[in-house]
Order: sequence, then C-alpha cells, then structure tokens
Amino acid sequence: MTIFSRGFRGRSRGDDRLPPGQYLTEDFPVLSAGPTPRVPLDRWEFTVDTETGQVHRWTWPELMALPYETPTVDIHCVTSWSKLGTRWRGVSLDVLFEQVETSAEYALVYSYGGYTTNLPLEDLLDGKAWIAYRFDDEELAPRHGGPARLLVPHLYFWKSAKWVRGIRLLAEDWPGFWESAGYHNYGDPWREQRYADD
Amino acid sequence: MTRWLTARLVEARDETPTARTLRFEVPGWPGHLPGQHVDVRLTAEDGYTARRSYSLASATGVELTVQRVAGGEVSPYLTRDLRPGDLVELRGPVGGWFVWRAADPAPVLLVAGGAGIVPLMSMIRARRAAGVSTPFRLVYSLRSPAELYYAAELLDPPAGLEVSLVHTRRTPPGHARPAGRLTAADLGPYGEADCFVCGPSGYVEAAADLLLGLGHDPARIRTERFGPTG
Repeated sequence: MTIFSRGFRGRSRGDDRLPPGQYLTEDFPVLSAGPTPRVPLDRWEFTVDTETGQVHRWTWPELMALPYETPTVDIHCVTSWSKLGTRWRGVSLDVLFEQVETSAEYALVYSYGGYTTNLPLEDLLDGKAWIAYRFDDEELAPRHGGPARLLVPHLYFWKSAKWVRGIRLLAEDWPGFWESAGYHNYGDPWREQRYADD
Repeated sequence: MTRWLTARLVEARDETPTARTLRFEVPGWPGHLPGQHVDVRLTAEDGYTARRSYSLASATGVELTVQRVAGGEVSPYLTRDLRPGDLVELRGPVGGWFVWRAADPAPVLLVAGGAGIVPLMSMIRARRAAGVSTPFRLVYSLRSPAELYYAAELLDPPAGLEVSLVHTRRTPPGHARPAGRLTAADLGPYGEADCFVCGPSGYVEAAADLLLGLGHDPARIRTERFGPTG
C-alpha cells in the first residue's frame, strides 16, 4: 500500500541523470565524521600495499609528475543530494596500478585522520576511479578532502575517501568505517544501496 | 531497518518562527540512540517521492525538529502544511557513529550551530531519561535570541548540564558576552571529553579546529554537518 502525503506535490521530476531518491544540489555539501586533517604536502604520500606485502609509494611531486585526466562526473551522496557535472583533475588509478602486481579482489582505502572504506578492486580500475587533487580548476580544499581524495563517482560518495592516504589490497573483503556502521557494503546509487540490508 | 514505517503526526509545535518540532506515532518503531537520524519520505498523489534525513530530537519516541529552508522542497511542507493526522513514511534509525551512550561515564562537550542543536538535544534528553550524572556542557551558537530551540529546557537546565549560549549577531538584554562568532574562549577550558559538534559545514569546520587547538583528541571529536537539505 502506498502512503500518500496529503497535499505534497514536490518539485523536480524526470531528470534521468538522478538515481532513485536523489535530489539536485548546486551547492557542495560536506559529509565527514570528525575534524578535517591537515596534511602538509612535503609529508604527504600515497601507498598501495599488496596482499603479498609489496609496498608502492608516491610522494606529492611524484604524483604531480604522472599523467592526469580531467573527468567531469555526476556525484551522488547517500544523504540524498546529487551534484551533476562536477569537474576534477586527478591521476587514474589505472596509471598507479600499472606497476602493481596483485591477484587481490578487494581494496580497503584508508585516509589521513583514520577513515576507511572498502570496495572491490575492479571498481577502482578501467577508468572508474582517480586520485583527484583539483576541483573546479582550483586546488582541492581540505574540507572537500584536499590535498587529494579518491574519486569513484559510480558509487555513493562516501566511497570517494577524502584525505586519501593509501589502498590495501586484500584477498577478502574488509568493511570500512560507514560500511561497519550500518551503510551498504557496495553502495550503488542506481540500485539505491544506502543501508546494510538494501 | 529496511522497512519504511508509516508515521502519523500527532503533535506539532513551533520552536521558532521557522522551525517546528513534529511528534509522530510510529507503529513498529524499534527505538534509537541519541544522535541518530531518520529518513523521511513524502509521496505525492502521482507517485513522485522525495526523501530527506532529519535528526531525532527526542530520547524516546519519534520527535523531529525541522528548520524551514527557503525554496526547499520538503522542509516547507513539513513545517507549514503537515497537520496532525497526516501520514509520512520513516525509515531508521540511521547512523551508528554520531551517538552518545548513557553507559559511557566520560564528560561530554556538545557544540551546536543553529539547527545542529537537534541531535545534541536528543543526547541531553537521554542523559536525563537515564538518570545519570555524566557532566555535560553545551555550547550553542545562534544568531539571535529568537532562534533558540527548546528554550524552556535549555534556559533552566538540570544539575550537571552547563549551557552557554553564543549569540553571533544579537544578544538578549543583559547578556554579558557580546555578539560574535564562536571562539576558543567559548569552548574552554574544559577537561578531556567526548566532543560532539553539529551544525552547518563551515561552523563545524571552525568549531572542530578550535577544539583541536584547545588540545582535544581528534579521535574523540565527532562531527555531523548539515548540508542544505531543503
């Protein structure tokens, strides 16, 4: 049975770029769980460590020296806002993974400040994810995850870890911060996978 | 938690000219921890739906306080049009991080900016409902006296709850602190505490930085930010 809300008409209808249950915002709201960490660039590093214990490491100048892409993507937050056509600059994870040998299927992404999030490794590859360091032609602000954040726009935006520090490759899935706190393990906005049992 | 529950509005009262507290009767409501929120879903006659998240203000039962956002899609309906007896759908409770547990004896520092008071009020009410004497301090920033939510409870706080109001634009008559933004002096000194900060993004950012500057452990600062949720 559908429960109707008397007199409610609502506004936006029929934008097929919006996943179910999402609404458009022009703003860029912020969602995070604690204080914003400040990471000086001369101490910043990004690491990928594999299931066999190999560690790959990039400093900030090394990241800047890599070829970048400028994806324009729609982003969808689990709190129901979506923002269309956001413009980023970042290094594709395909570039970083060129030198990584792994047979792991899962990735645990971790951040300065202690945040973690998990996803299948295949969701990070084949042009689906970036280490992003510019937004809208400007340096990525700390409150939006700067100096660099993961950008993996086909999943709810909590998977796009701010202040990203590294990726641990794992043979088995390991739930991250929100994934352990009642949110969906995968988080596909088009299937409206918001909470654990969606 | 998956199920959408049918919620019937039983009472509405104005907190301020633009914010309203809504009390719902929700058969099957499983209870919640203070700090959690719910998703509210509205369905129009043609089947169009809109959903938003709102923090719970109550310790028991389902009470939400909704701030009207000018030009918003959902909040004007909830704060102006919804009448007792009307139905909406709720899902929740949601969120397992920004919560306070009454069994935790650590002192608590609550920092609210505007409508960010709502989940913190749930914690204050849960403290009283549990009958514990955990030291609580609330620092609540608001633009002017007219924007004070929960005035009856906050102007006459129970023992062990210290309330400091920080008026940012206009103070009530006789108020010692001049109007102005939140400063470190408003937040301290206060010993080690579990800190809960809730409000608009910029406010939370500034308040969390002030807490870090006062030496609070970043691992004990929990934040919840309100984006524009019209």
